[in-house]
Amino acid sequence: MKKLLIALVALLPMLGNAAGGGAPMLHAPIDLTDNASLQNGAKLFMNYCFGCHDTRYQRYNRVARDIGISDELMIENLIFTGVKIGNLMTNAVEDEQGAKWFGQTPPDLTMITRVKGIDYVYTYLKSFYADPERPFGVNNSVFKDVGMPHVLQSLQGLPTAEFETDADGVKVLKHDEHGMAIITTDGSGEMSDDEFDIAVRDITNFLTYASEPSKLERQNTGKWVLGFLAIFFILAYFLKKEYWRDVH
Amino acid sequence: MLANIVSWIDKRIPMTDTFNKHVGQYPAPANFNFWYFFGSLAMLVLVNQILTGIWLTMNYTPSGADAFASVEYIMRDVEYGWLLRYMHSTGASAFFIVVYLHMLRGMLYGSYQKPRELLWLFGMFIYLVLMAEGFMGYLLPWGNMSFWGAQVIISLFGAIPVIGDDLTLWIRGDYVISGATLNRFFALHVIALPLVLVILVFLHIVALHEVGSNNPEGIDIKKPKGSVAPEELSKFKYHKHYSDKYDIVDAVPFHPYYSVKDIMGVVGFLFFFCAVIFFAPEGGGYFLEKPNFEPANPLKTPEHIAPVWYFGPFYTILRVVPDKLFGAVLMFGAIIMLFLLPWFDRGHVKSIRYRSLAHKINMTQFCICFLVLGFLGTKASSPLYNFLGVVTSVGYFGFFIALFFYSKNEKTKPLPERIAH
Repeated sequence: MKKLLIALVALLPMLGNAAGGGAPMLHAPIDLTDNASLQNGAKLFMNYCFGCHDTRYQRYNRVARDIGISDELMIENLIFTGVKIGNLMTNAVEDEQGAKWFGQTPPDLTMITRVKGIDYVYTYLKSFYADPERPFGVNNSVFKDVGMPHVLQSLQGLPTAEFETDADGVKVLKHDEHGMAIITTDGSGEMSDDEFDIAVRDITNFLTYASEPSKLERQNTGKWVLGFLAIFFILAYFLKKEYWRDVH
Repeated sequence: MLANIVSWIDKRIPMTDTFNKHVGQYPAPANFNFWYFFGSLAMLVLVNQILTGIWLTMNYTPSGADAFASVEYIMRDVEYGWLLRYMHSTGASAFFIVVYLHMLRGMLYGSYQKPRELLWLFGMFIYLVLMAEGFMGYLLPWGNMSFWGAQVIISLFGAIPVIGDDLTLWIRGDYVISGATLNRFFALHVIALPLVLVILVFLHIVALHEVGSNNPEGIDIKKPKGSVAPEELSKFKYHKHYSDKYDIVDAVPFHPYYSVKDIMGVVGFLFFFCAVIFFAPEGGGYFLEKPNFEPANPLKTPEHIAPVWYFGPFYTILRVVPDKLFGAVLMFGAIIMLFLLPWFDRGHVKSIRYRSLAHKINMTQFCICFLVLGFLGTKASSPLYNFLGVVTSVGYFGFFIALFFYSKNEKTKPLPERIAH
């Protein structure tokens, strides 16, 4: 019995390691308190993504307030569908229509960073590469055979990946020492690599905000709550001690 | 003035007398330790779930079309809706953490042994209803894991011969999980089961106060009337319901001694509880699972369907058995074993402090097996995990069987006469 126990305990750390895994991702350097980044992210998102993808659980006016722009600015620059400022952010594409065009309805992106992870979204946007065999001429190294075009191509330029042949002689993506696909652009885009990184970071930042708009308020309130409880605990401890003095 | 009101009420219902009998002059052993916080904490979490649940219900829409969006409406458009929702979702996990520790306390100190069998049974029924409550509540956000988790669990009933398929149809109210299933789960989750839960908790406490609390020494604080020298008696005044029948030693009145001590426990608990609510409400993906942030989609199975962590141990037992029916039988059997614990244990010494080495080893291996089973339940299966699952399942059931045999003639340490405190 004891031997079994020791064996089980010895196995526990191994379980932890085996439980890890998943493809390596780039770290997304986002900052939810950076309003300029959120505003740029909102602008890029609305112009490049929103045509097909909804963020149907959030409202225009809440977004405007949270990222620090006025309702007027929002209405003039970011509401393309002519709806009221208090409306939910849905686009003009019907779900069935989207399914017809892309084979699958483009998913709502309000909570995408909570479903897939913040780093995933950041890495995904940087992982498109030219693949003439795909219907839209591009593929993605973290989402194989992705069904959408590279909408940021005008900004990034045409990205190309490096390939190698694996042990079975199959052509596969070449990865660097961090496990990331090696992708370079042809420089035909409007942005330099650094500018593009910032653009992608800002979109990721905006989507992270969208996934949980109350996150900053939550963490802020939390500090006060925990501080209050810590002081309360000290008082409660001495109150207990005082009451129990005559028992012990 | 106040005295007049109290006296007016007391002539009509026994308010003061009931308070004294169960709170103010209730004899509680003076040596409760850390483990004894979890009963009152379970009560706290129950109140938290009921209150936040009421406010969530005010803005939640129980329909297949609107449920998911209404949860996001609560998270975004309802004032402090995010706080209510996180308190409720974290509360569900906290409930199980607290209840598991409360049950472990009972096992460590033999609190289920005679005369507390019925108390244990009421507790087990609470646990059972809690699992049903957690399961049905998990469908309500109508996320993709809600949908597929419920799909897997309900399909278990399909393994029952002859009536299986009809039974699953009856539970779902549809051929697939649909709005009809969601609506009935909502009704059960917010009305039927909470009612049952509150009644069971009431009975649990009635049963506790009838037989009295056990304690870490497992020695009774109520001695036969007249057997204790007057100067040895507890110096406090207890309700005549207890003091007329027994000589009470080594006790304190529940209030103010344990009410004040429990405040400390409550605040300590709330610190950790709030740390999760405010800084890690997803509980690392265990309290709120990632696929549940996208709406239920019958056409898109999540990569790995995992039940919420608190079902983990039983899910693993189900999974390691190749035959579905036998797996389901073993899974329910695992819970039935717990119900029957008072009869598996034939020992006469309650606390683990005075029991044999065999019992200590058996308890330890049971705890390890339970934790490993729980861990495995949240992971995708693999040959190593399956092997471990089989080993720990054997350990789980082995605990009860071994207990039955060694407890009859167990070599225990001599019990002290009195509690040192």
